[in-house]
Amino acid sequence: MSWLKRERTGIKAAKKPARSDVPEGLWTKCESCGEALFQSVLEENLWTCPHCQHHFRVPARTFLQYLVDEGSFEERDANLEAGDPLEFRDAKMRYPDRLALARQETGMKDAALSGVARVGDKPVALTIMDFFFMGGSMGSVVGEKVARSIETAMAERRALILVSATGGARMQEGILSLMQMAKTSALLARLQRERLPFISILTDPSTAGVLASYASLGDVILAEPRALVGFAGARVIRQTIGEDLPPGFQRAEFVLEKGFVDRIVHRKQIREEVSRLLEFFWRSTRGFAREGGKSPHAELPARAALDLGPAADSVTR
Amino acid sequence: MSAWLDFEKPVLELEQKIQNLREKAGASGGAALELAELERRAESLRREVYANLTAYQRVQLAKHPQRPYTLDYVERCFTDWTELHGDRHFADDPAIVSGLAMIDQRPVLLIGHQKGRGTKENLMRRFGMPNPEGYRKALRLMQLAERFQVPVVTLVDTPGAYPGLGAEERGQAEAIAVNLREMAKLSVPIITVVIGEGGSGGALAIAVSDVVLMFENSVYSVISPEGCAAILWRDGKKGPLAAEALKLTAPDLERLGVIEGIVPEPVGGAHRDPAAAAEALKKAILRHLDALSGVSPSERMDRRLARFRRMGVYRENPA
Repeated sequence: MSWLKRERTGIKAAKKPARSDVPEGLWTKCESCGEALFQSVLEENLWTCPHCQHHFRVPARTFLQYLVDEGSFEERDANLEAGDPLEFRDAKMRYPDRLALARQETGMKDAALSGVARVGDKPVALTIMDFFFMGGSMGSVVGEKVARSIETAMAERRALILVSATGGARMQEGILSLMQMAKTSALLARLQRERLPFISILTDPSTAGVLASYASLGDVILAEPRALVGFAGARVIRQTIGEDLPPGFQRAEFVLEKGFVDRIVHRKQIREEVSRLLEFFWRSTRGFAREGGKSPHAELPARAALDLGPAADSVTR
Repeated sequence: MSAWLDFEKPVLELEQKIQNLREKAGASGGAALELAELERRAESLRREVYANLTAYQRVQLAKHPQRPYTLDYVERCFTDWTELHGDRHFADDPAIVSGLAMIDQRPVLLIGHQKGRGTKENLMRRFGMPNPEGYRKALRLMQLAERFQVPVVTLVDTPGAYPGLGAEERGQAEAIAVNLREMAKLSVPIITVVIGEGGSGGALAIAVSDVVLMFENSVYSVISPEGCAAILWRDGKKGPLAAEALKLTAPDLERLGVIEGIVPEPVGGAHRDPAAAAEALKKAILRHLDALSGVSPSERMDRRLARFRRMGVYRENPA
């Protein structure tokens, strides 16, 4: 290796805060307010900053723990792996090598985790995206996992939850990644016939092709505070209009104000919030039953006394 | 006055030579033999140049400023065109045109991206990049077609959905997403032809169809070659490389099973002979209208869902 040549280190993905192999007692600086925080403090706070409420990005498996009832998750479709239909090669490497690298870095096979679980005791089918795997980009595997979650929801009479953490479609799969938008959205058209609730949760970031398909189609759309939620990239928009963007542009609060998000929910309240929503739909459908039919979830009696009043915590909007 | 692309220069030079010679020879018909020879050479050169186009050359042809746009095809393939405007919520978006039309005496609802000719019209039509209103207008009219059981024909020709401040504020992503879902619910036949640029979600939002065709020199991609190059090559000028890698030409998409067929173009591209291109388009639309009309509405919807459901390439290995 010539000493004249600079070692290329490649694009560094964002920090992976919740990896279990990070030694305990490590300090992490809050990306937003700069406060130095103990790893243990961050974990206690579900990777939100206790000072400024900044929500750190977390891997899919970590978010899963915050969302579903403990011990209720059963993974599905864990063995789906991306192909290389375009034999894609960019400036640095072939797509399969990039996938291998992402697998090594994250321990995930692709950018989403799927399965069935319970939330507030209600049966759900869910897919959670993982931003740390190639920017949470949606290729054939993510699209297929989302599609199968929708089908599972219909086949097993479960609520559907899709959690987005994504920069959009995966360029390395070209037109096939674009087609995942149509595939998932067309299946959601079928779900709408079924009287099963679909809750879309937008975490930072939820953008581009994913926002322009299933992420925007929830019966209820929740977003984490300050999450980036938008279609086009800020740089492209700035170039197009030739002026600076207003403060808070494309943040969850801005998007709520414009009318495209139902509620902004602090991560600490997400399970309670989703449980309350599901309780409502559970009751209105007598246990996710088909119209005029019986609930297939006899083993899960509707809990009688869940408070359906307004959320107590002031952070929840 | 014609715009020429770099790779077309040899063809242009030869064609000019022929024209000069013809003018010199005038009515005398003197250089008839030489002219015939040159014509023959020009023809074979044209075939050679246009038969071996690179992906990026196809991108250039797809974006050619003289390429026929939706309204050019409306004029040549359809009759009784009645444009209908507006999304009934916020505005009319001139980047998408839509309306009632007849093709070979049959009523259809026609929707297409519309680019402008010249700076002024292009600014008005935002170079064919729709705002959310364009997609909502398209959906409003597709649902009108549904009520009256009229087939929908869409022509795709956009660099992408408009990346603007107002577009974001008024829900560009939501507008596209809703179209993807609602198009899946239409029971009438939907035929889409990519006539120029198929720019990502901005194209797909009017292309969740029973049949998707592409003109020979059109492209359809998840991201523009320049955009892809800027991200993966860190250099927007590497567009030609990205174009090759993205597999965005009509033959590529046919191989990937994403389209049902390719509509042939005259040698040199649709703009060299718009009448011939329009004739080919009309033939293709009519053929598929006939085929789709023979299928029951519910069967058509099931097949449309299945068409998209199977798309994607992945492996499923046992643990």
